[in-house]
Amino acid sequence: MNYKDLIIIGGGPSGLCAAKTALEAGISVLIIERSPHVGGQLIKQTHKFFGSKDQYAKTRGYDIATKLHKDIENLENLEILTDTTVVGLYEDHVVTVLHKDQYLRYQAGSIIVATGASEKFLAFENNDLPGIYGAGATQTLMNVYGVLPGKEVVMVGSGNIGLIVSYQLMQAGVKVKAIVEAAPTIGGYKVHASKMTRLGVPILTSTTVKKAIGTNELEAVEIVSLDKNWKEIENTSRILKIDALCISVGLTPMHQLLSMINAKMMFVSELGGFVPVIHENHQTSIPSVFVCGDAVGIEEASSAMMEGYLTGLYVGKYLNRLHPDYENLVKHYESQLSLLRDGPFGVKTKVGLTKLKEGSSHA
Amino acid sequence: MRIESHPILDFPKKQEIFFMFEGRKVSGFQGDTIASALHALGIKTLSYSIHKKRPRGFYCAIGNCASCHMIVNGIPNIRTCITPLEPNMIVQRQENKGVIK
Repeated sequence: MNYKDLIIIGGGPSGLCAAKTALEAGISVLIIERSPHVGGQLIKQTHKFFGSKDQYAKTRGYDIATKLHKDIENLENLEILTDTTVVGLYEDHVVTVLHKDQYLRYQAGSIIVATGASEKFLAFENNDLPGIYGAGATQTLMNVYGVLPGKEVVMVGSGNIGLIVSYQLMQAGVKVKAIVEAAPTIGGYKVHASKMTRLGVPILTSTTVKKAIGTNELEAVEIVSLDKNWKEIENTSRILKIDALCISVGLTPMHQLLSMINAKMMFVSELGGFVPVIHENHQTSIPSVFVCGDAVGIEEASSAMMEGYLTGLYVGKYLNRLHPDYENLVKHYESQLSLLRDGPFGVKTKVGLTKLKEGSSHA
Repeated sequence: MRIESHPILDFPKKQEIFFMFEGRKVSGFQGDTIASALHALGIKTLSYSIHKKRPRGFYCAIGNCASCHMIVNGIPNIRTCITPLEPNMIVQRQENKGVIK
């Protein structure tokens, strides 16, 4: 069995940032990534980020991914395994993986679970027809592989992902027929919504998908209006002919590996679903197992990065390999995180984190 | 359908890769996953549901959801949305839980 000081599960923004500060502290790191590339969902994000310079503002997502990878690729003691899926995680810090056709075992001094999130799904008739995708999935298909999901699309959900992906669909030459939103108000930033309105894409609030229509593939969608109790209003049905439907109704943390080792979990709706209860320094209820990024609560990639840097530092301290600039860096990234959460969209996260903290004090 | 021109991204032509899909010789490009290559060919149905045999395409494109499982070179339950395309792969639609030989 191979030994590493630290195994990071997930090579997304949070995992890559955690690797950086841990490597700088002299820790040997293995990053395990399921997909063919590191960078997580940043690799498909063609938009420029908001925030300050410290949070990579004004840089496109895929350029941030490249930068985060470059920051660490020449550091000593780093190993990255792509095309590799963790199939088992054990309390004695054994991680078993499937790398192509090989089954490999590793043991670690400490583990960071940075598995990110998955897209939520929506219940409606025929929701399993080919042609119905997660919004993020169409973004991957277009921006990473250069393949169009269809010619005409309806987007379900007007949060930032729904709005941004709608814009990117238009950039790729796809017609977005409408964005439907079950809530009475648009979920995402006004700047993104206005961009879509200027392009002539209607954003239909208090509207939802009733059913998908098609025999072997999606051919159309039926949408209906909702009253203030979220009930269907009669005679408001409309059929839109489309060949792709994108679902953008939020994300939920990928907690499965932590559940597998019986880490204490809590349902916190503000954080997106089941999340591990964390003690100080992002440690879960299982000693030496840490968590950061969307796996411990849905936020933006900017926050995931700051949390990653912090967790790498915390692991260094835990393994008695203090980063040479530990105090300053912790202070810096903590203040970055609170800046990011101080905006109006951070309110939900802060409520969720308070609940999580209360959960931890009962643990 | 592949993106021909894009205001931000470049998609330079890459090497063509030939593979077998349901007994037909088809092709994708270097850098494709199996699912992206099939999608570019207009093939959206990747599998059939286990009981009712309803057609299924991919949903998440990042290896989470199991909707894109196919039989590749005789091995079932391959997540085709994250498996890079390789020359001469034999790709088939799956319609059961998969049989381990």
